[in-house]
Amino acid sequence: MIETRGLRKVYDGHGRQVEALASVDFTVEPGQFVCVVGPSGCGKTTLLRCLAGLLAPTSGEITVGGRPVDGPPDGLAIVFQEYGRSLFPWLRVADNVELPLKAKRLRRTERRGLVDEALAAVGLSDARTAYPWQLSGGMQQRVAIARALAFQPTVLLMDEPFAAVDAQTRADLEDLVRSVWQRFGVTLLFVTHDIDESVYLGQRVIILSSSPTVVVEDLAVDLPAERDQLGTRSDPRFIELRGHVYSRVQQAKRGIMPPEDGAAPPEGGAAPAERGTVPLTKEESSHVAP
Amino acid sequence: MTRRLIRVGMFLALPVLLFAIWWFASAGSTDFYQPPLSSILSVFPDTWFGDRMVKDVLPSLARLLAGLALALVAGIGFGVLLGTNRTLRALLEPVFEFLRAIPPPALVPVLILLAGIGDTMKVLVIVSGCIWPVLLNTVEGVRGADEVLADTCRTYRITGRLRLYHFVLRSASPQIMAGARQALSIGLILMVISELKAANEGLGFTVREFQTGFQIPEMWSGVLLLGIIGVVLSLLFRLVERRVLGWYHGVRAAERGSL
Repeated sequence: MIETRGLRKVYDGHGRQVEALASVDFTVEPGQFVCVVGPSGCGKTTLLRCLAGLLAPTSGEITVGGRPVDGPPDGLAIVFQEYGRSLFPWLRVADNVELPLKAKRLRRTERRGLVDEALAAVGLSDARTAYPWQLSGGMQQRVAIARALAFQPTVLLMDEPFAAVDAQTRADLEDLVRSVWQRFGVTLLFVTHDIDESVYLGQRVIILSSSPTVVVEDLAVDLPAERDQLGTRSDPRFIELRGHVYSRVQQAKRGIMPPEDGAAPPEGGAAPAERGTVPLTKEESSHVAP
Repeated sequence: MTRRLIRVGMFLALPVLLFAIWWFASAGSTDFYQPPLSSILSVFPDTWFGDRMVKDVLPSLARLLAGLALALVAGIGFGVLLGTNRTLRALLEPVFEFLRAIPPPALVPVLILLAGIGDTMKVLVIVSGCIWPVLLNTVEGVRGADEVLADTCRTYRITGRLRLYHFVLRSASPQIMAGARQALSIGLILMVISELKAANEGLGFTVREFQTGFQIPEMWSGVLLLGIIGVVLSLLFRLVERRVLGWYHGVRAAERGSL
């Protein structure tokens, strides 16, 4: 559903070139829930903006739904980190959710049905006439999620959507995202800097290196599909996986790559990054121990 | 209810006080040019609420509103074009700077030659001054639109008229309203100025006629009327602003609350 090959992005400005993405290769299958995690400043947002067609890559290929991306792809929705800036402050909640549907030229009755369904799915049926700025941060992000869902996307990108909300709200929103993903059957790419979150949410975790960014590892999260904050997070396998991702991100921060087990894709992206179960090294085990 | 009464009281307190001072200070005045306020007020109703309301006051106000409306439409229209198109902005900026530097009163003789001495000329004088604050503020407002919101529009394919109305104009609306407020006061000044030369009716013309005819209390009453018109217009403007920018004040209040 999403495929990148040799994705490279160099920012060129003021006589200085900054290579944000070196060569990023990965594939997301239809209906998958994939988390992208990496050290802060590793070009996660750049990657996401390229996927969304908001930023032209310097070289490389991106396809979404089989079609090359040269502008915002059809059926793709985004939930931005800055909820306060991605909702229209002059529109009420329901109108915010409805506006993209108007742009899609849907009939009024159809729009109303989608808006109601999406707001119900995020638990905001009562807030439809409120303005975004009358709501808490977590509720505003719910509105943004509802807007994305009402759009009926095939691909949903989320850019550190919960970075700015408090921990308890965050846990609720994580479970909300899991449930709407299962219910609406979208392909979901979730960018985060939070390692726990990436393992808790995803079916796969793509670990990025520091800038210039490559994929360090593509890790399958073999946790049961039914997850809950208490049980999953205390599952030994969760702790194991989290420790592994943590040590990988730490390595990436220190600039150690490609790692010894050859997880980083070679130049040209012929071989896919390592996937499957995680063999733990001694160094990683030390992170796992509480 | 009581809060509203207090607000009205606050609004009226100083004007009432100033009028009282004027009233008593001028009470015994024998100066021909500075008549007592009582005599100004006594000629006020007869001067303005008769024929002159229809013949002078209303036509002046109609021209003012027409000029303001045209300035708003043209200023917002060009402002959106310039704000969204960098090339156009670079191309037209020098011309606009030149035009903006010309004081509108200096245009009166020119416009008389070009458009005659009728309503068209007077409306054009008003437009020539009022368009600039609207235009420049609109350009700034459009350019200052939030990038995340712009990305949101692109992602959700919000384009064309929907984008213009729900994104471009609405995000520029605080600046547009600031420009419109300036235009309102400039417009009132230019309304008077446009009627000082080559006019045979209008509020400015009448005040000038009173002055040359030594009808001094009547002249003062005209000045008073202009002031009252200014206050009423700005109150009406505030009503409109409260409707248009309700969200903006709400956002600001919410931001202050979260600090």
